[in-house]
Amino acid sequence: MSDGEPLVRWQWIADHTAELADHTALHLRLGLLPVLFGLLVSVPLGILCHRRRRLYPPVLTVANILYSIPSLALFMVFVRYTGLTEQTVMIPLTLYTLSVLVPNVVDGLASVPEPVRLAATAMGFGTVRRVLQVELPIAVPVVIAGVRVAAVSSISLVAVGQLIGQGGLGYYITRGLQLDFPTPIVTAIALIMLLALATDALLVLAQRLLTPWSRSRVTTA
Amino acid sequence: MNDFLNQIRLVADWLTSSAQWHGDEGIPARLVEHLTYSGLSLLCAALIGLSAGLLVGHTGRGAFAVASVANLARAIPTFGLVVLVVTLAGLSTAPVLVALVALAVPPILINTFEGVRGVDPAARDAARGVGMTEWEVLVKVEVPMALPLILLGLRVAAIQVVATATVAAYPGLGGLGRFIVDGLARNDYELVIGGSAVVVALALVVQAAFTALGRAVVSPGLRVSAPKS
Repeated sequence: MSDGEPLVRWQWIADHTAELADHTALHLRLGLLPVLFGLLVSVPLGILCHRRRRLYPPVLTVANILYSIPSLALFMVFVRYTGLTEQTVMIPLTLYTLSVLVPNVVDGLASVPEPVRLAATAMGFGTVRRVLQVELPIAVPVVIAGVRVAAVSSISLVAVGQLIGQGGLGYYITRGLQLDFPTPIVTAIALIMLLALATDALLVLAQRLLTPWSRSRVTTA
Repeated sequence: MNDFLNQIRLVADWLTSSAQWHGDEGIPARLVEHLTYSGLSLLCAALIGLSAGLLVGHTGRGAFAVASVANLARAIPTFGLVVLVVTLAGLSTAPVLVALVALAVPPILINTFEGVRGVDPAARDAARGVGMTEWEVLVKVEVPMALPLILLGLRVAAIQVVATATVAAYPGLGGLGRFIVDGLARNDYELVIGGSAVVVALALVVQAAFTALGRAVVSPGLRVSAPKS
């Protein structure tokens, strides 16, 4: 970096607002769709693991092994099949969410008190209705705790996708390095953190709205 | 499927060619660089995360601050941080270390804190009752009981660090990421996949090492309850 170059040139940000907004929207999509897909896989998989306990250790091991594969390496494996496309970034990110979401769905279901389960059965709830209307709602706080971790790390990982040309705001990180110009890098980092923290806050809010009964417990705890 | 087998053959060819095993740009040299980055940053992160986590967990003061700091640090894009520090400070090992430490502290901190806080208050009271000092309560009761969670935090941090140290190659630093980034630049798919395979193998070794460590050091009395992930 040349001497005297400030960390942030505000004029650059002002000149690029429209472009920055586009990349921010793209970044959000690349980061959050995988969490949604991950949830769609993890909820049924978690219910299955909860009901068939023997399935849980192998599923967890596979999810943990997937999680330990570096994102850059996993992107490369998929480049061969899906090319330099958005899917190549989103498939690995989806796989990563499983190692957080599956255990949280299982733990959430395990947190349902036995008397509640028995009461639901006694009231004539079938298995499917009991799981959907009683057990899953009670599991929501634990599941959302997992979604928060998954969403925050997913959003910050998207940037690495820039190495295969699909990184949302990561574009400004590589651009800044090429130009030896810190403003785009700082801006991208700030926007990514802002997106992650805003998403996190919205999820906390969503949990409050979804589980109004837990609020009274929080105040008495 | 054929394509997949072909991919495996390419990796095998690349891994077994003798050129990969010698010199400054061979696998051993890159592996040493990678392990140096990872080991040093994990050590720093463990010093910070463990001491802060134990302190806050034991005293119960500052819980909110710990959760906020960990949450904030998790939101930092490591790739961006590496590139930013390189742009500001020039090409050296320091940028990678700073970014990797920032990545590794949150899981260690949070799990250590949760582990110590989750210790049964009755056990803590009993320890004080038999005349243990605060230090003894921490070292002889709280740490052993929190060990499964502490190890989980260290394992998650180690895996993330080993995996993420690959991005150090992008701004021109060493490590196993070199193979991937160079391969990508030269359109040499063999190099990309071969390099990725080495990183994956390393990550799996780390995972296995922590599982073995857990078996060796966690008290058998604590093993009944399955560790949370």
